[in-house]
Amino acid sequence: MTVRLPRDLRHVLECWARENYPQEACGVLIGRQTDSEVAIADVVHTRNLNIERARDRFELDPGDLLRAGERAFGLGLDVVGIWHTHPDHPARPSETDRARAWEAWIYLIVPIRKGAVGEPRAWRLNGSGFVEHVLKS
Amino acid sequence: MNTVTVRIPMPLRSYTGGADEIAVEAATVRQALEVLGARHEGILNRVIDPSGELRQFVNVFVGARNVQVLDGLATPLAKGDVISIIPAVAGGHHDRLRPMAR
Repeated sequence: MTVRLPRDLRHVLECWARENYPQEACGVLIGRQTDSEVAIADVVHTRNLNIERARDRFELDPGDLLRAGERAFGLGLDVVGIWHTHPDHPARPSETDRARAWEAWIYLIVPIRKGAVGEPRAWRLNGSGFVEHVLKS
Repeated sequence: MNTVTVRIPMPLRSYTGGADEIAVEAATVRQALEVLGARHEGILNRVIDPSGELRQFVNVFVGARNVQVLDGLATPLAKGDVISIIPAVAGGHHDRLRPMAR
């Protein structure tokens, strides 16, 4: 499975990561999924409801997720995953990520260290663990 | 009974054969979910817990409103209503344990 993230959308995610640093940022990936590929066509920045622990936790506003789904539906697309940042932490899913992950969605993690954005990585829950998928532009 | 539409998020479509929308006849949100569960085995357990309440990590909306601010599962439905099952999404890098990727 390949995950395609166009360069312009990656740039948008990088901007949101920097704007929110050192707090976590999160949002929704909109696109189209086939048997071999997830093509991301739009990204949405949503509110992090976990204000008290925003440096290392996120809780996506369900109303924002609903609206992102409606936006996707209107475009003939779908919510294909979730993105979030890992400030000063690698782009690998944590146990917290795993415990709250949903199958079928792509989880895109954008690392940012001392304000500098690193290489995002794409994961998907498969059974009890995450499997990484190739990320291409 | 009114005909309403239940929108299924991608993580639960393995229960609906890939369908993203299911039309059901129901008078309340609970009825709509139960009809959905009767047609698609397994999905009801992902939405409602054994005590009959909404699971902690699932939200249900009627139109733009979360049923939590309406009458919960007893929320009445009108013809044409759209019910959306919205997974509760959370995470974060804080981790006392090692990362769980493989």
